[in-house]
Amino acid sequence: MTNTLHRYGNSASFRDDYILFAIPCRGKNDQGAVEKQRAFLRICVRHRPANLGNGNFGSYQPSPHLNPTAHWRRDYSQDYESVIAAVKKPGTVAAVFDNKENALTCLREVIQADLGLSINMSTSVEGAQECCRSTGITRHSVEYSLGFWDRHDHLPNSQVLELSTMCGHGMVSFNMAKKMLDMVREGRRTPDEAVLTLARFCPCGVYNPIRARRLLEEARTCQR
Amino acid sequence: MQIDPKKCVACGNCIPVCPMGAIYIDPHIHRATINYDECVECSTCFRGMSQEHLNPVFVRAARRLAKIFRFRFEPEPDVCPTAAFVMEELEWPRIVRRVFSDPLVEHKSTGIHGRGTEEVKTNDVAHRVAVGEAGYVIEFGRPGVGVRFGDIQKVTRALAAAGVAFEAKNPITHLMTDQSKGDLKPDLLNEKILSAIVEIKTAVERVPELLETIDQLSREVNTVLAVGVSTRCGPDGEERTLSALLDEHGYTYHRAKTNLGLGRATNIEKVEEAAGDKHPASVR
Repeated sequence: MTNTLHRYGNSASFRDDYILFAIPCRGKNDQGAVEKQRAFLRICVRHRPANLGNGNFGSYQPSPHLNPTAHWRRDYSQDYESVIAAVKKPGTVAAVFDNKENALTCLREVIQADLGLSINMSTSVEGAQECCRSTGITRHSVEYSLGFWDRHDHLPNSQVLELSTMCGHGMVSFNMAKKMLDMVREGRRTPDEAVLTLARFCPCGVYNPIRARRLLEEARTCQR
Repeated sequence: MQIDPKKCVACGNCIPVCPMGAIYIDPHIHRATINYDECVECSTCFRGMSQEHLNPVFVRAARRLAKIFRFRFEPEPDVCPTAAFVMEELEWPRIVRRVFSDPLVEHKSTGIHGRGTEEVKTNDVAHRVAVGEAGYVIEFGRPGVGVRFGDIQKVTRALAAAGVAFEAKNPITHLMTDQSKGDLKPDLLNEKILSAIVEIKTAVERVPELLETIDQLSREVNTVLAVGVSTRCGPDGEERTLSALLDEHGYTYHRAKTNLGLGRATNIEKVEEAAGDKHPASVR
């Protein structure tokens, strides 16, 4: 589970969005997969990911026992170690990178590690091809996103879609993305604060806070 | 999902959080309330919001005072100040809402969380989509719209009539009473979920025809579809057939999920079976 295929945007919009994930195949290579998943995440952490997820929570998490002072002084730190330690059973683990260079160096180390799990890259078609050619990877399969087919005008505008679809499971609602856009434009929140609010709703840890910050910054300064 | 009216202080923070827009402040009781028919049990409100555990009486008094002076306290927008959400035990058929909407809940039929299918993410090991085949991932309700099973059935019935094969290791296929007709369990049809994936595969040459069929069907359902189509790459790692067909018929595709081919069958008792799976029977 990562659901990263149908992010809204064009190829240029994915220039800072590279996701690598490892997944065992049930019944085929899930024995001993937990330690391999942890090894995958440890490799990813060495290459400065923008986010990290173990399928249950990401490096940005909501707090079940928030101190009221959080309204003025909130902890925005990422916690990679708890993400890795909490891998308890076979499933999808993922890392988000905000540039091709870090994704490439990470991929090279993953290839070297020869974990035996299925490794996938989710990004623009061209971005994935370039990474594969650079690392000498022979691609096995490819799944193209043909986008959203909205014949009854259910969907909101493109800015809201770009922000909300970075959680493919729909945990970042349209209304929350719209609220953060409005708060940033009105100067009631910085893009950084708004991004972290949104990222905490994505339990898989595949929300890209760097891309989201860029999108919010563009919206704040009315560049689009 | 329920909201404890004794705890809720009607701050409204949870209203934009709900992906279905199913939470509102009831003007009669002055508490946040969930439209039970629209709620898909995704748990975003319960799990995604941070929680304080403040005294509701104190918070209500402070809010009343601020309201008198038209003061506006601007709290963190993702916080429930009194931890008012209560996750309830669900029974069939409503529990299906949670299974298909909460990505942390495992689909028992496939043993997978999220939308419950491996798609081509494990194709290098599972060999689900073979050379010359195309796999279709038709996700209903995504993004952020939701769908009722009745609408999904309209499409599965039409696809069954078109003679396609449904993927066996898929949660929607498991809910079918008759795969040859595309019928789903009748007591599910009015249940609403955040999204669900129907998977089929055909020979790659049929992609334009099937996509045209799906396009027509998308007009008959009151939701949005997210469509993906997959195939095997050639021995050189290039993919020329499917992309050429998509280009020829005017489909745009900016993003893709690429299986890098690094996986292999390692389970001791399953190695022989995996080797035997490398050349599955072709499909129409």
